[in-house]
Amino acid sequence: MSTQSVVREGTVVSPGEVVRYNYEERLCHWANGLTYVFCLLTGLAFYSPYLYWLSVVGGGPATSRFLHPWVGVLFFLAVLWMHKLWRREMAHAPEDDDWKQKMKFYVTNQDHLVPPQGRFNAGQKLFYWLMYYCAWVFMISGLIMWFPEKIAGGAHWLLLIMIPVHAVTALISIAGFIIHIYMGVLLVPGGLKGVLYGRVSEEWAAHHHRLWYQKIKKQ
Amino acid sequence: MPNENMQIKAISGHPGPVAGGNVSRDYDVCKLIDTTTCIGCKACEVACLEWNGYEFRETTFDNTYQTMPDTAWNYWNLIKFNEHEDENGMHLLMRKDQCMHCAEPGCLEACPADGAIVQYANGIVDFNQEHCIGCQYCVTGCPFNIPKFNPTTKKVFKCTLCSDRVGAGLEPACIKSCPTGCLHFGTKEDMKEMAEKRARQVQTTTAYKNAGVYDPDGVGGTHVIYVLHDKDHPERYGGLPKDPRVPIMVRLWKHPLKWLGNIGMLAGIAGVLIHYVRFGPKTVDKKEQTKP
Repeated sequence: MSTQSVVREGTVVSPGEVVRYNYEERLCHWANGLTYVFCLLTGLAFYSPYLYWLSVVGGGPATSRFLHPWVGVLFFLAVLWMHKLWRREMAHAPEDDDWKQKMKFYVTNQDHLVPPQGRFNAGQKLFYWLMYYCAWVFMISGLIMWFPEKIAGGAHWLLLIMIPVHAVTALISIAGFIIHIYMGVLLVPGGLKGVLYGRVSEEWAAHHHRLWYQKIKKQ
Repeated sequence: MPNENMQIKAISGHPGPVAGGNVSRDYDVCKLIDTTTCIGCKACEVACLEWNGYEFRETTFDNTYQTMPDTAWNYWNLIKFNEHEDENGMHLLMRKDQCMHCAEPGCLEACPADGAIVQYANGIVDFNQEHCIGCQYCVTGCPFNIPKFNPTTKKVFKCTLCSDRVGAGLEPACIKSCPTGCLHFGTKEDMKEMAEKRARQVQTTTAYKNAGVYDPDGVGGTHVIYVLHDKDHPERYGGLPKDPRVPIMVRLWKHPLKWLGNIGMLAGIAGVLIHYVRFGPKTVDKKEQTKP
């Protein structure tokens, strides 16, 4: 019997653990996370005078204004990277509908009443697609807000629509983001470690993602 | 004292009230432009460049008398020429276009940068480029299409009503240069009275029976007012808007929508924390993987 750790899929796993996210998936997740948080904080600075001080994150108001769109482009590229990795696994699965109907049991931590889920549960898929579509709206409205003077000889009237669209999209993504952070850091112990180091315990995998656990155990 | 008039009355993107606000006597300044006596000589355009230290910029020739199609970041004062024809013949309408210095400025309302746009107690709306972040939101707030972006410095510029001169007790450079006396500068009250008097004179002594004063209410009145030959058709004067207002999207978005968003974000954070206190973390059974 060996208690030695092994490296699998770029991830150090000990006995009793399985690989939750491989090396590339973890890199991709944090590329998304860091660029999103930078844009979130600098964006909030421009959103409210009471949060203008947040522009120190980008090195002052004017520098934040300069960096926000560039980092936004990086965020968009990170989202596309994630889409390449996960879009198949984020597709709708039969067990998702049942999960959505029984979501109240999940929310109230009565997990034994929640139907078994694949690698990503229906809630995670919801958050994924929310951020994916938000990223597209961010990018399109953001491009117009970036160069209004260069579009069609001055598209400042478009800004009237694009500024609120960009902000409402941000608010929608923030709603998802608050829940995402809450669940990853507080509600689901083991979740943050899973996406940092890539490994989770077999119990964790069986509890939260039984169908996925059964599948990888068969392999 | 001129300096009292330069007291700050409103600040863009600034939390809380303006320090020391509302302590001095009302003393609004105003520029009066009488389009009925303007000859289109462009002395005001040159004076504006001279005082503000800009060289003449490149332009496009489009077979009109107009110096260039629109004002620019380094060309704040432009006479707009329009050849208007009606049953009485052709009227060459000329209007000096520049910042109107609105009493309720849309640029200031739209601006998110603390201190980038200020409104002085005397009514002048001024841009502080050192605080400007170049987002161009002010452009969307302005119903007169005045703020102009400099793509090199990423800052927005416009007419200052020569706040530096007015602060020193002088009149704006354009006023000083006008050879026909169609430009006047004084208190808003005096200029309004002078404008009304001139409009009545035009009505009674010329064929322009519909002459009147342009001081639009939609933006709370302006600190630049016009005497027009026909007060019902300001749009004939190079697109002067008939009923200028801060766009509804800017007002909606800067006030109700923004507060809904603020409350939503705070409620979201409070919501998840309350959830944590009520339900706590999810627990995983140690014998989980052996379950059916």
